Amino acid sequence: MTSGAGSPTNEPPPSRRRLPVSTSTLGQWALYGGTLAVVIFLAVAVDWARLQDKMFRTDLVLDQFPRIVTQAAKNTLIFTAFGFAGGLALGVVLALMRLSTFRPYRWFAAVYIDVIRGLPALLVLIFIAFGLPIALDIRIPGTYGRGSVALAIVSSAYIAEVVRAGIEAVPKGQTEAARSLGMSHGQAMRRIVIPQAFRIIIPPMTNELVLLLKDTALISVIGVTEATKELTRFGRDGVNASANATPLVVAGLVYLALTLPMTRLAGYLERRARASR
Amino acid sequence: MTAEPGAVPAVDLQDLRKSFGRLEVLRGIDLRVAAGEKICIIGASGSGKSTLLRCVNLLERPTSGRVLIEGVDVTAPDCDIDRVRARVGMVFQQFNLFSHLTVERNVTIAQETVLGRPHDLAVDTAMAMLRRVGLEEKRHEYPARLSGGQQQRVAIARALAMDPSVMLFDEATSALDPELVGEVLRVMRELADEGMTMLVVTHEMGFARRVADRVAFIDEGVILEESPPAELFESPREERTRRFLQRVLERDES
Repeated sequence: MTSGAGSPTNEPPPSRRRLPVSTSTLGQWALYGGTLAVVIFLAVAVDWARLQDKMFRTDLVLDQFPRIVTQAAKNTLIFTAFGFAGGLALGVVLALMRLSTFRPYRWFAAVYIDVIRGLPALLVLIFIAFGLPIALDIRIPGTYGRGSVALAIVSSAYIAEVVRAGIEAVPKGQTEAARSLGMSHGQAMRRIVIPQAFRIIIPPMTNELVLLLKDTALISVIGVTEATKELTRFGRDGVNASANATPLVVAGLVYLALTLPMTRLAGYLERRARASR
Repeated sequence: MTAEPGAVPAVDLQDLRKSFGRLEVLRGIDLRVAAGEKICIIGASGSGKSTLLRCVNLLERPTSGRVLIEGVDVTAPDCDIDRVRARVGMVFQQFNLFSHLTVERNVTIAQETVLGRPHDLAVDTAMAMLRRVGLEEKRHEYPARLSGGQQQRVAIARALAMDPSVMLFDEATSALDPELVGEVLRVMRELADEGMTMLVVTHEMGFARRVADRVAFIDEGVILEESPPAELFESPREERTRRFLQRVLERDES
């Protein structure tokens, strides 16, 4: 409880505690005033009619439906689902390899994770779509196939790190108890460690899922047929066709309708997991 | 002391050595535990008593020496250690209940995955064991909802459900609040009375005095002295034993 000079404490000395309160009240008023000024300025200076005409044109908004949901959002979710399923499967294997006692596994996983995380996702996607056919004569069929494989490869590196951290966060005593009961290493991992690791990593994993969902937008740059357009491509093509920003704004709102509930869900699951422990 | 001479010992440690890097923790341990015998292992912290216990079921691999469980050399390279471990129950200082499983599932999971018992039989066994430790009404709770003493009793039930031939207790009461120590010691004493073979690392001298057939005092990685409790506590042969007991008893009195 020393607050004398020379002793580094985070708390300000008690006598000075009242001072910041009054400045912060003053600061708050300044902030309110400033905000009000900006709002008034925007209301006066911005050409709202023009803005609405170029960004929120009602007829164009309605034009997006139902295809923006039945086709574009559906495709975004398909890419996300396949990409995440593949990324999760690959990521768990990579995490187990990184934690393996067999050195070549550890090295392979470490190199893979470092390389993929060090590259732009877009480059990997383009390589899968255009580089592989040229270099190795490997053609992954369909936009769904190419897009999902690329997203799975990219996300697996991040997921592997999340899974590894989760496994390492499970206390060592859990493994020891399982092994002392006669479970094999594999049984202890599958039955005891990994289920607990997944509880720990649900929130960061949901975060990865949101990032992946947003990364599906990258697929808009590889050749997309009418049927496989996801939200970003759909919005962009809408902009080109109508010379108006409205389709992109609607696409953005659909993205938010998907991502915001996911982040909320992550928070809920985190609270529930904490309560059950 | 119940086994007839010549019978295979439940646990037989022969010149057991264990090093961590350059630190030699166990420096030649010889210990024979007959079926039904209760051995308490005492000694200062860092003397190697936990490591000794962890070597018995190979949670630590001995650097050299042999560990025989009911005559089977578990240190042999071709030994199926998982099968041996299923027969050796272990109770940990930190309980180590599976925190994502209910009490009942904690007790059934290894019965099913390791012993291959059908679910119904595993549940029946679990209930019998939980009744034995007085916690059958907690079967649907998660470990976090139990007190430390209750968690440790569940951990004992979990180990017993595997029908072990030996039980290892690694400072089973050291992490408990003082008022919870008694309920765990009571369960351990009942187990001893039923004839279970027990290897108990403990700081509870009262328990050692009452329950042990023999008490082994470990010092600097060797068993310095090993004798019936009355003898070891009343008239220790070694000066180091005497000094250790003096320190411990002083603490108990103060």
